[in-house]
Amino acid sequence: MPVTVDLETLGLDTGGHLLVQRALAGLRPGGRLRVRGSHPQLALHLGAWCRARGHRVELAGDAPLIVKGAADELRWAGAERAGLPGQVSGRADPRWGLAARGALVEAGGPPLDVAWAERDLVWAEVAPRLYARAAAAQWDPATAVDWSAAGDLPDDVEDAVVQVMTYLVENEHAALIVPARMLANLHPHFREVMQLLAAQVADEARHVEVFTRRALLRRDAPGVSGAGGRASLRTLLDETDFTLASFLLSVLGEGSFVDLLKFLDRHAPDPVTAAVTRLAARDEARHVAFGVAHTAHVVRADPAFLSRLRTAVERRHEALRDTAGLNREVSDSLVVLAAGSWEPAAIRRGWDAVRRLRSEMDEGRRRRLAHIGFPDDEAAELSALHTRNFM
Amino acid sequence: MNALLLGAVAYDPKVVTIWEGFRRWLGGRGFEFDFVLYSGYERQVEDLLAGRVDVAWNSPLAWVRARRLAAAAGVEVRAVAMRDTDRDLTTAVVVRSDAPLTSPADLRGRTVAVGAADSPQATLLPLSLLRSAGLEPGSDVKVRRHDVGVGLHGDHIGGEREAAIALRDGLADAACVTDANLLLFGREGTLVPGSTRVLAQTAPYDHCVMAAGPGADRASAERFAELLLGMSYADPEARPLLDLEGLTRWLPGRTSGYAALEAAVDESGFYDREGGVRAGDRRP
Ligand SMILES: [Fe+2]
Ligand SMILES: [Fe+2]
Repeated sequence: MPVTVDLETLGLDTGGHLLVQRALAGLRPGGRLRVRGSHPQLALHLGAWCRARGHRVELAGDAPLIVKGAADELRWAGAERAGLPGQVSGRADPRWGLAARGALVEAGGPPLDVAWAERDLVWAEVAPRLYARAAAAQWDPATAVDWSAAGDLPDDVEDAVVQVMTYLVENEHAALIVPARMLANLHPHFREVMQLLAAQVADEARHVEVFTRRALLRRDAPGVSGAGGRASLRTLLDETDFTLASFLLSVLGEGSFVDLLKFLDRHAPDPVTAAVTRLAARDEARHVAFGVAHTAHVVRADPAFLSRLRTAVERRHEALRDTAGLNREVSDSLVVLAAGSWEPAAIRRGWDAVRRLRSEMDEGRRRRLAHIGFPDDEAAELSALHTRNFM
Repeated sequence: MNALLLGAVAYDPKVVTIWEGFRRWLGGRGFEFDFVLYSGYERQVEDLLAGRVDVAWNSPLAWVRARRLAAAAGVEVRAVAMRDTDRDLTTAVVVRSDAPLTSPADLRGRTVAVGAADSPQATLLPLSLLRSAGLEPGSDVKVRRHDVGVGLHGDHIGGEREAAIALRDGLADAACVTDANLLLFGREGTLVPGSTRVLAQTAPYDHCVMAAGPGADRASAERFAELLLGMSYADPEARPLLDLEGLTRWLPGRTSGYAALEAAVDESGFYDREGGVRAGDRRP
């Protein structure tokens, strides 16, 4: 006895094939399905529909009879799951392409051309939690900052703010492009890392926005961009290895950047400058957390990787040997902001504050390098080689 | 074994992708194969008979002509393979649901929309169906032709779609549409589901066929057919090609499904008995 499906008045031109398909799904190739229904073109439609799908249809009886073909089964014969839904695979198969983790992937189609397909080269156990935190912590630049609260600053203080903001924006550009490149070359099987990097890119986009907006709040144009600073940032873009890029940008660069943002929040001459640096610092802490956790993960899996990290720092240091580092306009502006006035004694306090900032940055870098696995003396040595441009 | 040369009609840009894919797939199995593309079927058939190509991916009408030319020349063309989707098609003569028509004879004095002049499925076969109902196209019924892609033997869907639209818009009382396209036009909304009714339909007929010409090396043509028949829908390399070409598996060629078209060609004088081209204007 064949299975029967009743389409009643429904035609195959208005969705009737769904009922037929559903009934056929329960059959093996060669299985038979009787199709009842009163649509006047039922037999004609079934003939065309079955032919295109490799089924046979017999019209001799009182209702059309479908003999199921093998095409559906054959299509999925070589299919494989893209790993397990609840588990991150050690290696993501390029043939899984863009499929969801754990999806049943039809064989064939172009393999995904990405460089980073091995878990231990991109992963950190904390990635899922960091992503969740990042998603929850997104803020709207339009409402998170009270843009009307800037007030009027003395011209030279405003100039210092504008100069620092100009410097921050170019750093944010690098901080946006580096994870975007890592993202573009990452197998999406490592979903949480992909999502986290995407959130990081979005964070940097907001930072670019708020720093630009603060720079232009009272001025028609931003400040200056020094060649040395740009050369320093450029070396970050040149790093093509996922982990080395994450290490140089996040562990060393953004780690120092967080200290700078906190410094600016503390010494901000107006509430808008304080707000934008505080908001950015909160995001940056997450970026640093991933970079540190990821680099530590790689080193745990392969302790010899420490020497590659070391080489990357030395190479960058060599590349920047003949550049000026932090441009003078920026370092002077930091002193002015920390001083808060032009009294000689205040300038001295500002000078000391910037000196303390540099040593806080150095301590932070050494702490993170030690956490990753460097002995203290080596951590100190490498921290000292870090760019004078902070990032 | 020599390389096998196939002729195919480029009715759509995808034809290039299809036969390049087949060439790659066959080459991967050690079979040397190449193809040439034609802008229409008539020259392809003539070249098949002249031995300039070994096999031709023929429309049903091209098969009929090739068979006639071969018979007249005392040579042989053989049907070596066809798609599962080439078997047992039918064409419907469709009218508007509310039309006061109950049999093909009721179309006397009315207008029937058909596809291109050289479409077997949308013109030659359904007009033959009307003849068998006692209606001579052109005199008993007015034929409204939709010459989209003449030379392609109806491979271009445009003629059928225009015929369906002519019916819908009241420019014709009936339209001749294949079962697959009738379903398609309903699903895409060209014809509102329920707005049309099938007045008559042709007996089942077969569509395209892979024909080996007199110049083909026999062993080579047989190996080609064998490889096609062995193509599995489970093969991820073959499946996209099969999907593009519109089949789930190749079947052996059969020639039992072309009798109605042979008759239609004779009735209309589309070709003469020797495969010569007779009927009217064939300019693309
Ligand atoms: Fe940032
Ligand atoms: Fe960042």
